[in-house]
Amino acid sequence: MTFGDWISHAPNWWYLALAATTLFAGFRVVTSRNVVHAVLYLVVTLGASAGLFLLLGAEFVVWTVILVYIGAVIVLFLFGIMITRAPLGREAELDHDNRVKVFAAVVSGLLFVLIGGSLLNTFADDPVSPYIVRTSEIGDLLFNRYVLPFEVVSLVLLAALIGGIVLARRDPELDEELP
Amino acid sequence: MNTLIASAAPLIQAYVEEGEKVDFSDGGALAAGAWLIPLVPMVVAFVIALFGKYLPRKGGGLAVLTMGFLAAYGTLLFLANLGTGITYEGAVEIAQIGSMTVEWGWMVDGLSIMMYAVVGVVGFLVFVYALGYMEGDVRYTAFFASFILFAGGMLVLVSAPNLIQLIVGWELVGVSSYLLIGHYWEEHENSSAAIKAFLVNKVADVGLFVGAIVLAMSVGSFRFNDILDAVAAHDTTLAAVGFWGGLAIFIGAMGKSGQFPFHVWLPDAMAGPTPVSALMHAATMVTAGIYLVGRMFPFYLDAEIGGQVRSVIIIIGALTLFLTGLIALVQNDIKRVLAYSTLSQLGYMMAAMGAGAYTAGLFHLFTHAFFKALLFLGAGSVIHAVHSNNMSDMGGLRKYMPKTHWTFVIASLALAGIFPLSGFWSKDEILAGFEEASHAFPIAEGGGTLATFVLVIAIGGAFVTAFYMARAVALTFYGEFKGHGEPHESPNVMTYPLIGLAVFSVVVGWINIPGLTEFFFEGINARFQAVAGLHATSLNFVVAFIGLAVALAGGYLGWRLFAPDKPTQQERDTFRIPVLYPLLEHKYYIDDLYMDGIVRPIRGPIARFANWFNGSVLDFVVNGTGLLAAAAAKIVYGFDQKGLDAAINAGAASAGGAGGLLRNLQTGRVQQYAGGRFVGALVIVAGFVILG
Amino acid sequence: MIVNQFLLIGAVLFSLGLYGVLVRRNAVLILLSVELMLAAVNINLVAFSAALQDEAAGGQVFALFVITVAAAEVGIGLAIVLLIFRNRHSANVDEMDLMKL
Repeated sequence: MTFGDWISHAPNWWYLALAATTLFAGFRVVTSRNVVHAVLYLVVTLGASAGLFLLLGAEFVVWTVILVYIGAVIVLFLFGIMITRAPLGREAELDHDNRVKVFAAVVSGLLFVLIGGSLLNTFADDPVSPYIVRTSEIGDLLFNRYVLPFEVVSLVLLAALIGGIVLARRDPELDEELP
Repeated sequence: MNTLIASAAPLIQAYVEEGEKVDFSDGGALAAGAWLIPLVPMVVAFVIALFGKYLPRKGGGLAVLTMGFLAAYGTLLFLANLGTGITYEGAVEIAQIGSMTVEWGWMVDGLSIMMYAVVGVVGFLVFVYALGYMEGDVRYTAFFASFILFAGGMLVLVSAPNLIQLIVGWELVGVSSYLLIGHYWEEHENSSAAIKAFLVNKVADVGLFVGAIVLAMSVGSFRFNDILDAVAAHDTTLAAVGFWGGLAIFIGAMGKSGQFPFHVWLPDAMAGPTPVSALMHAATMVTAGIYLVGRMFPFYLDAEIGGQVRSVIIIIGALTLFLTGLIALVQNDIKRVLAYSTLSQLGYMMAAMGAGAYTAGLFHLFTHAFFKALLFLGAGSVIHAVHSNNMSDMGGLRKYMPKTHWTFVIASLALAGIFPLSGFWSKDEILAGFEEASHAFPIAEGGGTLATFVLVIAIGGAFVTAFYMARAVALTFYGEFKGHGEPHESPNVMTYPLIGLAVFSVVVGWINIPGLTEFFFEGINARFQAVAGLHATSLNFVVAFIGLAVALAGGYLGWRLFAPDKPTQQERDTFRIPVLYPLLEHKYYIDDLYMDGIVRPIRGPIARFANWFNGSVLDFVVNGTGLLAAAAAKIVYGFDQKGLDAAINAGAASAGGAGGLLRNLQTGRVQQYAGGRFVGALVIVAGFVILG
Repeated sequence: MIVNQFLLIGAVLFSLGLYGVLVRRNAVLILLSVELMLAAVNINLVAFSAALQDEAAGGQVFALFVITVAAAEVGIGLAIVLLIFRNRHSANVDEMDLMKL
């Protein structure tokens, strides 16, 4: 497949836009000097990745990402930032020094080279077309074929819920002892 | 020496009637239901652990009932086996992992039935005793939960028809022994004894794992029957790995059975409550190694496959029996005397297995279980009364504790091998086995051979055994009471088990009198594969007489030296020289002078070893009169306590050094760890990508 | 469309997330970077599901599970950060080095 064939396919325009958004926003998430900006860039990243899911036909995943991630998790993050009184403005102390940055850049760069190399090697230009799974089908699958992992994940969520409450709850007795 | 034993094997087999395959009964419902034996104690252990506090007697009663059931079942099986002989193997498939099927099975044959009976009967009596001994203990329920897990683990091990299940039971025994030895963990010494036992066993377990994998890979199955059938078929793949695989398995057996140089954990294991010591030294745990060698016996008997390992087994056994027996001479702690005595007896069993005397080794295991349990329980009764482990705080207890005294004396006589108690018959059979094995290479031709040498050592060991038991009895029950307070006889719940075990200690030997009663021999040889081990078909009067005479001499000398009418140091000194002088050549000697020189280093072992390790010279007080003897004693004892500990310390020091270097890496910063992890993952994945 | 165009996006996002995890000092931002890595995994799962035309839609279902687990992880992670902040008055991971001896 030549680049001309590829670019003449309409969804690939969408893809290019979404990919650019995803990568740019993802880059800003890890480099932004402002905590709140970083969180908002994560919203953009996830939103754009939801667009990618739509290109692939995964409708239910799209809505889950938007509702759960962008709707709920991000709010949780913002709460976390407020409660821990992270500096809301620009802050130089958010990152480690340059030595660590270089190390991290090298490690993640190598990781990308490794993963990307193997991907190109393995899949070359295998085509992909959207595989549309309707929400009703997903529901069927979840409650039949995948009912056991589904229940297990529910338990994990419940445990996380209780654990979160236990951890974050203020212990009145402890508060009396500590100033 | 390897070649000698190997070439001797055909002769050994020729001596025994060629083991023909007998059709044994399958045991009917009794054998088919034997899955209850390992399962019930495991279930009960969990019930007691979870609900023990709400049960009557805080779970102790349930534990004793369970052991009663096991004792009854074991005895029934034992009696049924004496009649026709039972071979039965049941199995339940519990999982299919890849191409391997995991089975949970239960083996019911002569060997395992003997162990069921021993663990059940001895265990039952020890549990009853423990009801009284542990009365008022803070962790009463936890004790019984882990105690029954201990017995249950042993039964899982014994019932295993494959190596995987055997390893499961093996580790269960290891874990529960750790819990039990460290029962009084408030004292640092006890918890470190528990850790020591666990670690020493773990080191040896590596051998078992390696051996199990090697053998299973070459045969294609973990089942004992498949492996032993391959032995019978002279499988060439198995023969190729026979020596090293057999050796690795034997290393595992050495660890559990406390064979030199893995014996160091057993004396320290005395830190546990006395009933634990009794069960551990008699029926469970230390017998596991002997059992394993017995289970694999056809493998070790075949000259082409595992035969060469037997020369290692016999040497290790002989070393253990003699060296640890000598150490028992100088101990002051009564439980340590018994612990070293157990080691020595295990050496007998192992050496007998090595010599090819299958029945003799297992028969000694059988009788030893009864009288050694009795000795420990008696010692526990004494300790209960005087609140001290040291024989220097005892003496004269005969008057205060008549029942304990008599049962202890009976057990001591049995251990010393005095006619007609059980120990005599089993020890005699072992000695006769060595003697028969030595026929394979007459002295005239070979000019001294392994089996003859071991026979001499074993006879020496019989002397030492009688000596230290006479000493223990004299110091504990005779003379004047040297402790504080008013000792009293233990309650009935503790003395009845003593009496029961005393009866067993007397009579169990009579089921295997050479030429007269063959019950035990026939019973223990009811197996899927014929065992062509050595077995004396008539009493070997020369060996029996020498063994008995030597034991009597040892007992007499021990008695004279420590008897109450020679209470003072001076009298012992004057007495020692004329009588003990000839014995010095044989390096059997004992007196308080050397005892002072040897016992003192035990007092502060760790401090002393640290000193020694730092290069400072130990200032041993060497008495001029017994220079030669003292040096010999020190070599034996020093290697045990210093050489091994030094090696362990050196290992620890190098680990510490490496740890110091690695410590720089440990900054406590999670992100550095995460970075390191990803770099590691990168390297590994890159390796796969490039190579794959 | 080719499958690699999605997989490579996933690879880039994953590497960016790793960079963030290693570089950031604020615990909340580290959690944020972890979310980025999980999103990368989701893209891969969905892309594979489409590439295989999987009847059972395993990739999509597992993407859902990943989202669920991520939500649980954020909840617990933030609770822990909160607790640390309450005790040490800082959410900087540099100062959480009690794991060394």
